Amino acid sequence: MATKPTPRKTRRAAVLGGNRIPFARANGAYAKASNQDMLTATLDGLVARYGLAGERLGEVVAGAVLKHSRDFNLTRETVLGSRLDPTTPAYDVQQACGTGLEAAILVANKVALGQIEVGIAGGVDSASDAPIAVSEGLRHTLLAANRAKTVAQRAKALAGLRPGDLLPSIPQNVEPRTGLSMGQHMAITAERWGITREAQDELAAASHQHLAAAYERGFYDDLVTPYLDVTRDNNLRADSTVEKLAKLKPVFGKGEHATMTAGNSTPLTDGASAVLIASEEWSREHHLTPLAWLVDAETAAVDYVHGDEGLLMAPAYAVPRLLARNGLALQDFDFYEIHEAFAATVLTTLKAWEDPAFCRDRLGLAGALGAIDPAKLNVNGSSLAAGHPFAATGGRILASLAKGLHENGGGRGLISICAAGGQGVVAILEA
Amino acid sequence: MTDLFTRLISSSVAKKAGVPQPTRLRRYQPGVALCEGPVLVAGGGRFEGGLTDWLATLAIATQAQSDDSADRLGGVVIDLSAATDPTDLDQLRVIGAPAIKRLAKNGRLVVIGTDPATLTDLAEVSTQRALEGAVRSIAKELRAGATANLVLAQGDSSGGVRSAVEFFLSGRSAYVDGQVVRVGESTATNPDALRPLSGKVAVVTGAARGIGAEIATVLARDGATVVAVDIPSAGDALAEVANKIGGTALQVDVTAPDAGRRIVEHATGRHGSIDIVVHNAGITRDKLLVNMDESRWQSVIDVNLGSILRMSAAILADGGMADGGRIVCVASIAGIAGNRGQSNYGASKAGVIGLVGALSNELRERGITVNAVAPGFIETAMTARIPFTTREIGRRMNSLQQGGRPVDVAETIAWFAQPGSAAVTGQVLRICGQSLLGA
Repeated sequence: MATKPTPRKTRRAAVLGGNRIPFARANGAYAKASNQDMLTATLDGLVARYGLAGERLGEVVAGAVLKHSRDFNLTRETVLGSRLDPTTPAYDVQQACGTGLEAAILVANKVALGQIEVGIAGGVDSASDAPIAVSEGLRHTLLAANRAKTVAQRAKALAGLRPGDLLPSIPQNVEPRTGLSMGQHMAITAERWGITREAQDELAAASHQHLAAAYERGFYDDLVTPYLDVTRDNNLRADSTVEKLAKLKPVFGKGEHATMTAGNSTPLTDGASAVLIASEEWSREHHLTPLAWLVDAETAAVDYVHGDEGLLMAPAYAVPRLLARNGLALQDFDFYEIHEAFAATVLTTLKAWEDPAFCRDRLGLAGALGAIDPAKLNVNGSSLAAGHPFAATGGRILASLAKGLHENGGGRGLISICAAGGQGVVAILEA
Repeated sequence: MTDLFTRLISSSVAKKAGVPQPTRLRRYQPGVALCEGPVLVAGGGRFEGGLTDWLATLAIATQAQSDDSADRLGGVVIDLSAATDPTDLDQLRVIGAPAIKRLAKNGRLVVIGTDPATLTDLAEVSTQRALEGAVRSIAKELRAGATANLVLAQGDSSGGVRSAVEFFLSGRSAYVDGQVVRVGESTATNPDALRPLSGKVAVVTGAARGIGAEIATVLARDGATVVAVDIPSAGDALAEVANKIGGTALQVDVTAPDAGRRIVEHATGRHGSIDIVVHNAGITRDKLLVNMDESRWQSVIDVNLGSILRMSAAILADGGMADGGRIVCVASIAGIAGNRGQSNYGASKAGVIGLVGALSNELRERGITVNAVAPGFIETAMTARIPFTTREIGRRMNSLQQGGRPVDVAETIAWFAQPGSAAVTGQVLRICGQSLLGA
């Protein structure tokens, strides 16, 4: 009689380091680089940093939000073009702006379960080299012509074509179910929560100043590898100030309540990132020091279509669930990494956690989660300064926070990333 | 890297028209015979017997006397370490003249002497010192890629002499001509002839491109695990080099205050030790002194010299380089001869030569050797940008009538780094094809 196998214990998954190419504003330096080009360069930079050339890893998981149909196997194709052993398996994931962090959670979970020893999680996005599709009308016509068995049937199918059908379909940054852009959604939420223009500009200026300072002190020396002659994120304005940002005209929202500008919203960006995640044993065997441990993660979604919640409010729901599961208070962290999709996103999320009514009515808590120390927020800059290539943001944040915790000599960090479709991915790192 | 002028003068038409054609130099390849032809070993010095026996173990035929009926000679080793009187110098002519006539293309003349600094007798000192003048002159007479170099022994043990003779006979020294190397006492050998650096961890700064990338590649070929270091803004090229040779890339500016610590941490943390350090990172900011601004002057001095001083402190501290380590600096003939418009660069490279001399003495007891290479005209993207006339003068005005290649610099560094080169320290070896500059 076969003995029942004893269940394996889960183990800790270590973040060993990361790599990204400098992020570049769309239609600029990387305009002609494909997602595969950028992800390959990023992977090879990581391989060089950690001496992984020719190594077979457990798996590589990555994704892109804006993706060509030919890139159905983007990550696997990237691995084949990289310096990794071609027998390294790979798969794609996609969870909008949560893609990068979700990929890392998947890899970390497999490490925790003992299914793999090491993996790379990544993400890439090009807003420049975007896929352009034919219109629905043209597509239906062509498919009908393809199904036709006779010349007459084919001619009839093609005759149904209208001039308007020839216009290409270009991907847009709008929610399919509301027709509103992400910025328009955010503007509604920001106005509802009374987020001021000044507070948004202050957060944006701090993001630029923090990122510039981090570059100056060499923090990004082992996190970034130059690409196509770009050596630093080219959206970064080291001399950004609240005064300069105050001069910009609002681009989202209406009338006197419009507070969101190009300065306090992230620009469309091209870029890629990757993070090396492994078991403690693998790290030791490869003489690599874990920077931090990926302790736990949570994903939430809100009903922004029929409900009355804001599109980017899901992290506000995910975080308290994660805190409860880990027996932590919001204040039990040394660093907070709240993705700056818009300055207003960060400010709204923080304000919601400070609001007893929101915490009671929406989160089902006894009282407010409370305020955080703003000096611990996005200390090495975030998306407003670095830019935001959708799927690449998670890897940027994860690697930077892990390094920050290691430099700090230990501590705990919280990551919060909002995503299209009313979703949010959050995670805890400890060192 | 061939410009139009080079293509024209090396074309078949130019050859027929009588334009002198530089010889394609014999360069080292692992597993290939040390020399192309038998080696004449003569002179009656104290190393002659040992060298003959050693060449036999490599299956290289040796001759004790010139034999006109035999094959052309791949090399000639004349051991005059026992010469004590100026009249003994005639042996150089008696043995050398017929042998040189029979020297094959890319052949080698290696003369062995006794370091005059270790002697006291007036006649002996002057006799041994005379060898240098003779060898440098003969080097200028040799043709067809052949070179002549002098090894000066400071003691009686054969390890260092053998290591230097092997280097000069081999293709590793293709662009080293008319030079002198002093070797001390050592019996060290290379445990693995094909991969002499096997098991060693080597750090190469400025490894992203040019000579640095070639140094990293050659050290890896010889068995070393290489940490390729360069400034963060060169990280993409650096990653390519590291991945190609199976090493690791470390993005750090060598002028950063903590650069030495970060290099040591990376090498020892990741790979277990730091055995070889090649200080190759360097910059030029050329201007006549009268037009030189402070930033041009300071940045060159700091990158090329100041950074090495600072990093050495960290590298040589406890937990850094182990005893028996190797430090190699990349100097320049500009640091020996000077170059118009390069007062800052010349200063930094001469400073490096000073550092090598002093540090080698300081580290002798720890078995750490410190040496420098001083490249002359090497074909790189940097030299390709030199104005035409200056470039052609640099390229042609040397005994081998051509520019060297990055690999020539790398091969010499790899030789300094070998376990068998323990007797070689405090040396500055020019890799210049015996350039007229600074001769």
